[in-house]
Amino acid sequence: MTDYTPPLRDIRFVLDHVVDLDRLATLDDYAHVDGDLVMGLLDEAGRFTASALAPANRDGDTIGATLHDGEVTTPDSWKKAYDDYVAAGWGALQHPAAYGGGDFPLVVANAFKEMMTAANMAFALGPLLTTGAVYAMLHHASDELQQTWLPRMVSGEWAGTMNLTEPQAGSDVGALTTRAERVEDGTYRITGQKIYITYGEHDLTDQIVHLVLARLPDAPEGTKGISLFLVPKFLLDEDGQPAERNDVTCVSIEHKVGIHASPTCVMAYGEDGDGAVGWLVGEEHDGMRAMFTMMNDARLQVGLQGLAIAERAHQQAADYARERRQGTAPGAERGTQSPIVDHPDVRRMLLDSKARIEAMRVLTYANAMAIDLADALDGDEAAHWQKVADLYTPLSKAWCTDLGVEVASTAIQVHGGMGYVEETGVAQHWRDARIAPIYEGTNGIQALDLVGRKLGYDGGEFVPSHLASLRDDVADDRDELASTMAGVAAGLDVLEETTTWLLEHRADLRDVFAGATPYLRLFATVVAGTLLARGASAALDQVEAGVDVDFHRAKLTTARYFAEQVVPEVHALAPRVTATARDLFALDPDQLG
Amino acid sequence: MKVIVPVKRVPDTAGDKVIDADTKTMDRDAGETVLCPVNEFAIEEAVKLKEATGAEVTVLLIGPDGAQSTIRKALSYGLDGAIQVTDDAISGSDALGTARVIAAALADVEFDVVIFGNQSTDARTSLVPAAVAELLDLPSLTYARFMEIDGDAITVHREHEEGWDVVESTLPAVVSVVEAINEPRYPNFKGIMAAKSKPLDVKSLADLGVDAAAVGAGDAAATMYAFEPRPPKAAGTIVTDDGSGSAADDLADWMEEQKFI
Repeated sequence: MTDYTPPLRDIRFVLDHVVDLDRLATLDDYAHVDGDLVMGLLDEAGRFTASALAPANRDGDTIGATLHDGEVTTPDSWKKAYDDYVAAGWGALQHPAAYGGGDFPLVVANAFKEMMTAANMAFALGPLLTTGAVYAMLHHASDELQQTWLPRMVSGEWAGTMNLTEPQAGSDVGALTTRAERVEDGTYRITGQKIYITYGEHDLTDQIVHLVLARLPDAPEGTKGISLFLVPKFLLDEDGQPAERNDVTCVSIEHKVGIHASPTCVMAYGEDGDGAVGWLVGEEHDGMRAMFTMMNDARLQVGLQGLAIAERAHQQAADYARERRQGTAPGAERGTQSPIVDHPDVRRMLLDSKARIEAMRVLTYANAMAIDLADALDGDEAAHWQKVADLYTPLSKAWCTDLGVEVASTAIQVHGGMGYVEETGVAQHWRDARIAPIYEGTNGIQALDLVGRKLGYDGGEFVPSHLASLRDDVADDRDELASTMAGVAAGLDVLEETTTWLLEHRADLRDVFAGATPYLRLFATVVAGTLLARGASAALDQVEAGVDVDFHRAKLTTARYFAEQVVPEVHALAPRVTATARDLFALDPDQLG
Repeated sequence: MKVIVPVKRVPDTAGDKVIDADTKTMDRDAGETVLCPVNEFAIEEAVKLKEATGAEVTVLLIGPDGAQSTIRKALSYGLDGAIQVTDDAISGSDALGTARVIAAALADVEFDVVIFGNQSTDARTSLVPAAVAELLDLPSLTYARFMEIDGDAITVHREHEEGWDVVESTLPAVVSVVEAINEPRYPNFKGIMAAKSKPLDVKSLADLGVDAAAVGAGDAAATMYAFEPRPPKAAGTIVTDDGSGSAADDLADWMEEQKFI
C-alpha cells in the first residue's frame, strides 16, 4: 500500500493548456473562476483526498460494508472520512450558491473528483450518486422539493441514490414493474423491489434520498410510462428533520469482486404496508428525462473512475519499479542489480500507462468543459457544445473505464509475483476498476449510444464536421512536433473513413452495432490524441519560453509516444468496425461454445 | 472575545531544509513552505472559541511578502483577519528578537487571549510564547493539552512527562498548545475562497515603534557559529546466528554497548 500523490501539476497543465480554463472566466456564469484561485482550491482538495480519504481505502477493501437487520455498517475510518468530507464542503463545488454550493464549473469539480476517486474509489462512489440525484432534482423537481431536500444533499449531509434496475429490467429500463399509486394529499405510494442500488443503505449519513423509477397504474408501456419519485429513508418532521422511518428496506447486499465498502443493495419499497411514501419529481410519465440527467453526469463520473484508478495503480507501480532491484539492465555494470525501472520492458509498461492516463485526463476534462460551455453559453453555441458533450460522454465512460482496467492490470504486472499477492494492495485497484466498464450503462451500451444516437446528430452531419474541426489541433508544423502531429492526423483519417462507412451503412443496424465497440475505442483514441497534440503545442511553447522545461518536455514525450505507439492501434480496429455482422451470426448460438 | 493566533511560515516538513551558508539562516525561498503544522492546533482551538462564543480571531505573522500565502492558508479556516509585520530588519532574529516583534504587535491591538503552537517545526525552540508573555507581563500558560475559557478566567492542562498540571489564570493571557489538544479540521472550500478577501493589516517596525537595532541578526542573543548537514544514515548491525544460539549473546552485548540495557 502506498500513498496517493495528487497529480496537481498534470491537472493544472490540462486546465491551462488543453481545455482553456481562462476562457470560462470570460463568461458571465464563471467570472469568479480564476486560475490561481482554482489551483489554490485544488491544492487543498488534493491534500484532503490524500490525507483524509486515501488512508481509509484499504479498510474499505478488507473490512467492507456489512448488513445486519437491514442496517449497513461501513468501516469506522469511513465515518470519520465522510464527516470530514462534509465539513470541508468539497461535494458542493459545482452546485448553485442558492443551495450552498460554490457555482464552480464542472471541469473544476471533476478535478477534485478525480483526486477523491483515486484516493478512494469506493468512497467516492457515494458522493457520485448524491451529485447525480442533485442534478436530477435541480433540473426537474418542483421548487418546494428543491428547497426541502437540496441544501443538505448539496452539502453531503444527506446522501442520494438512483434506483433503476430490477431483476428483469437491467439495460432495458422500460421493463421495470415497480408501482406508484396516487394519494389524495398529492404524494404517492411506491411498491416494488430494486437491485444493484449503490449506497442504497449505509451509516455515513442520517438521511438517504432515493430517486426511484416506477410506473403509475395508467402508464403507457415501456420507457414512456416511467415516472421518477423521491423516496426518503426517513420522513421529515415539522422542523424538517429526519423522523419516522419510511417503508424502505435494504434486504441484502452483494458480495462483490471489488469496491467492497460501497454497499450494493437490494431495496424493497412498501413491503410492510401500502407502499413507501414518495413525491413526484418532474411530470408523470416523464421520469426517463430526469433519469438521463442523472445518468449523463454519472457516465462522465464513471469515466473519471477509469482515469482515477489508473493513476492510483500506476503511481504504486512506478514507485515499486524505482525501488525493486532485479537483474542487470542493458548497459548497467555486470553483476549489479538494477532497479526494474531500468529494464526496457518495464519502462514500456510504465510509459504506456502514463501516456494513456494523460490521454484519459484530456478527454474527460474536455468532456466536462463541453458541458460547462453548453451551460454558460446561449443559443447555437450552447447547442453545439451540448452535442460535443453528448458525443464525448460515451467515449469517456467506455474508453476510460476499459483503460482503467488495463492500466491497473499493467500495474500488477510491473509488480511481478508481488502484484498477485493481496497484501501488496495493487490488486485492489484492479478489482475495484473492474466494475466501471459494467455499471452506468455497460460499455457495450455506450458503443450503441455512440453509433445509434450520437452519430445521427444533425442528420449524420454533426460528427463529420466535428472531426474536421479537430484538424486544427494537428496543424502545428514545428519540426519537434512532426511525428506527433502526423501520427494523430493519420488516426483522424482512419476515424473519418470508418465514420463515413458507418453513416453509409446506417440502415443495416446489425452491421453497425457489430462494429460499435471497436469504433468507440478508435474514436476515443483519436480524439484523445488530438487533445494531447493540442497540449504538445502548448508544452513546446513553454519549453521555448524556458518555463518548467523538464516538466513540459515530458509532456512532449508522452504525446509523441501516444501518437506514434498508441494511435496506430486504430489501423487494427478499423477492419473490425467495417467487418459487418457476417461472422458473428454465421454460427448459431449453440456453436458459440 | 478577541483571540490572536500567531502563525509561522516554515519549510515543508516533508522536504529538505536549506541553510544559507553565508547568513547561516534558513533559506525560506528554497523549496516549498507551509503554514507550520503546529499552528493548525492553535487555529483549531481558536475556531472552536469562535463557534462557541463568536470570538473574533486574528492571525499574526512576522514575515516577508512571500509569506502572505501562509496568512491566507491560516485565514482559510474561517478566521476574521490578519496582521502582518514585515521589515527587512527582522531577518535573522533569534527567538527573543522574534518575541520582541510579536509583543510589540500585540501591544498595538486589543485581545483576550493569544494562542500559540508550543513550537515551530523548523526551529523548535519553544521559547517564543513564554518570552512574549514575559515581555507583555501577562500570564503564560504553555504546553496546553486542554484549554477552557469561562468569563475572564482560563484553565489549561499543562502537559509534562508525568501527566499534566491544571493551571488557571485570568485573561488576558498567553497560551501555547501541544498537538494532543485537538484534531484540526480541514479548511472548508468556502473558507479558502473567503480568505482572499479578509482584511490584512501590514505593519513595519516603525509602525510598531520598535527600534530596528533591537531585532535581527545583529542583536540576537543566540549566535549561529557553524552548521553541517545531518550525516547520512549508517548501515545497521546485523547479528547472524551460527546455529548455536550465539546470536542471543551477541545481541545482548550489543544492546549493553549501546546502553539500551
